[in-house]
Amino acid sequence: MSNVKRNRNIDTAFKYVGIFFTLFGIAVLFVFIINILIDGLTRINWEFLTNLPSRRASKAGILTAWTGTAWILALTALIAIPIGVAAGIYLQEYGRKNRIARIIELNIANLAGVPSIIYGLLGLEIFVRLMNLGGSLLAGALTLSLLILPVIIVATREALKAVPNSLREASYGMGATKWQTVWHQVLPAASGGILTGIILALSRAVGETAPLIVIGALAYVPFVADSPLDEFTVLPIQIFNWVSRPQEEFLVNGAAAIIILLLITFVMNGIAVYLRNKWQKKISW
Amino acid sequence: MRFLRAQVVSFVAIGLLATSCGQKGEQESTSGNEAKLTGEIKIDGSSTVYPITEAVAEEFRTDQPDVKVTVGVSGTGGGFKKFGRGETDINDASRPIKEQEAAACKENNINYVELKVAYDGLVVVVNKENTWVDHFTVEELKKIWEPGAQEKITTWNQIRPNWPKEKFNLYGPGVASGTYDYFTEAVVGKSGSSRGDYTASEDDNVLVQGTSGDKNGLAFFGLAYYEENKDKLKLVGIDNGKGVVMPSVETVKNGTYSPLSRPVFIYVTDVAAKRPEVSSFVNFYLSNAPTLVPDVGYIPLNDDEYAAETAKFTSFGKPQ
Repeated sequence: MSNVKRNRNIDTAFKYVGIFFTLFGIAVLFVFIINILIDGLTRINWEFLTNLPSRRASKAGILTAWTGTAWILALTALIAIPIGVAAGIYLQEYGRKNRIARIIELNIANLAGVPSIIYGLLGLEIFVRLMNLGGSLLAGALTLSLLILPVIIVATREALKAVPNSLREASYGMGATKWQTVWHQVLPAASGGILTGIILALSRAVGETAPLIVIGALAYVPFVADSPLDEFTVLPIQIFNWVSRPQEEFLVNGAAAIIILLLITFVMNGIAVYLRNKWQKKISW
Repeated sequence: MRFLRAQVVSFVAIGLLATSCGQKGEQESTSGNEAKLTGEIKIDGSSTVYPITEAVAEEFRTDQPDVKVTVGVSGTGGGFKKFGRGETDINDASRPIKEQEAAACKENNINYVELKVAYDGLVVVVNKENTWVDHFTVEELKKIWEPGAQEKITTWNQIRPNWPKEKFNLYGPGVASGTYDYFTEAVVGKSGSSRGDYTASEDDNVLVQGTSGDKNGLAFFGLAYYEENKDKLKLVGIDNGKGVVMPSVETVKNGTYSPLSRPVFIYVTDVAAKRPEVSSFVNFYLSNAPTLVPDVGYIPLNDDEYAAETAKFTSFGKPQ
C-alpha cells in the first residue's frame, strides 16, 4: 500500500517538475521577446524596411539585409528539401540495410553535429573558388544546404520509420508498385514529421552568420539582388554589425532587425504548420 | 545601347587624358563629378574601419549612383587574404600589412598602395568604483599583459604595492582583431603576444559591459566605445616617460597619446587604381574623410596629411 502511495507521489512530483521546466523555457523566451520588443518595436517603420544601410542610425534600413535573407531562404529550401527528402526516402525505403548503409547513416548523423564554420570553409573552397561562384547568393545557399541536409535526411528517415508497415503491406497487397506505395501512401502519412524537420532545418539556416561570412557575404550592399549570382548580405550579419557599434542608436536598430528576423522565422514556420495540418487532414486511416 | 557606347567613349577619353597629361589627380576629380561612372568596387577587411568606409560608400552613392560599392567585414587579416588573391579591390586595415601578407601579394603580382585614412585611439579603462588606479605607465601595462604574466600577475598590489590586494579581471578584444595586434605590439613589444587568461570578445560592447559591472575590471578598446559610455567607465591616462597623457581627440591627433594612438588604413591594388570608378572613389574617400571620419566616431588626419595621402595615391595611379 505504502509502495503504491509512494509511486503516486513520485508521479505527481514528476508532473509538476515537468510543468515547471516547460514553463521555464517559455518564460525565458517570453522575457527575451518582450525585452527585444521594448528595445526595438518603436524603431520599425516603413523606411526601416525600405532604406539602405547608412552611417546615420536613424536613416539606416534593412532593405538589402531582409531581401538577402529571403533570397537565401528560398534558394536553400529549393536545393536542400528535394535532395534531403529524396535521400531520406532512398535510405529508408529502397536502400539495403547492410554495413555500408550503417556507415552512411552514422556519417550523416555525425555531419549534423559539425560546427557551421567548417561548412563555411568547405563552401569557400568548393563553391566560391572551385565552381567560381564568388560570394554569391547561390554559393551561400549551397553552403547552407550542405549544413541543413543532415537534419532533413535524419528527420525524413525518422518520419518514414514511424509509418506502420501494415500500410505498406496493404498497398502492395492491392498491387501497387514500390514507388506508388511511397508516393501515395507512405509519404503523405510521414509528411507531418518531414515538415517538422524542414522547419527546424530552415530555422537554423536563417540564423547562420559564420559560414556566410566565410564564403564572403558582405556587410554593406547598396542594391537588392536580382539574380542568384549577385552578392548579398543577410539579417544576422547586419544585426551583428549593429550591436557591435558603440552608438546606442545602432543597438536599437539591431533590436528592430532582430524583431524582423523573428517575424520571418515565425511566418515561415506558420506556413509549414499550415501545410502540415492541411495534408494531415487528407489522411484517414 | 547608345548610352552604353557613350560611356565607353567617355571611359576611353578619361583614359587618354590620364595617360597623356601629368596632372591625373585633377583630371580625375573633375571628370569624376561630371562623368557617370559604372562598375563594381569590392572592399573587404577590418570591422574597425568598416564604419568609415560605409559612410564614404553611402555618400559616394549620391555622386555616382551606378557604381556598386560593396563592403565586407572579414577582419584585417581575413581581408588581406582575399586582397592577396586579387579577389578584392580595396582592403580596410586597422594595422599595417604583415610581411607574409605582403609576400602573398607579391607572389600573385599584386602591387598596392597604403593610404592612411584616420586615427583611432585605444583607451585603457577601469570600473567607476576603482579609486586607486590614476594612471598606468607603459611598463605597468606590459607587466599586466605580457605572456609571462599569465597566472602570476593577478592582483593589483603586484603592479603597485600600495594598491589593494585584490584579483583584477582583464577584458580585451579577441586575438583575430587588428586592435589586439596593435595593442600587443605597442605594449608588449610583439604583435599577437599576450597572456591568454583574459575575457576576450569580438564585440567591444561586451568589454564595456564587463568592465562597468566588475569593480576589479580592466579593459582596453577603441576610443569611440569610451566616448559612448563615459558615465559607466573610468578612463586611465598613460605615462610613456613624458608624463601622464589622457586620450582625447587632440592628444591622439597630435601623437602625444603614445603609444596607444594608431592610424587606420585602406589598401588599394594597382589594377583597381587604374579603373576610373575606383580612383574616383578613393579620391572621394580622402577628400570627404575630414567630415565623415568624426561623424562615425574616429579622429581625422590633419588637412595636409590628407593632401599628402591624395598625392601618394595620384602618383601611384600614374602609369610607370
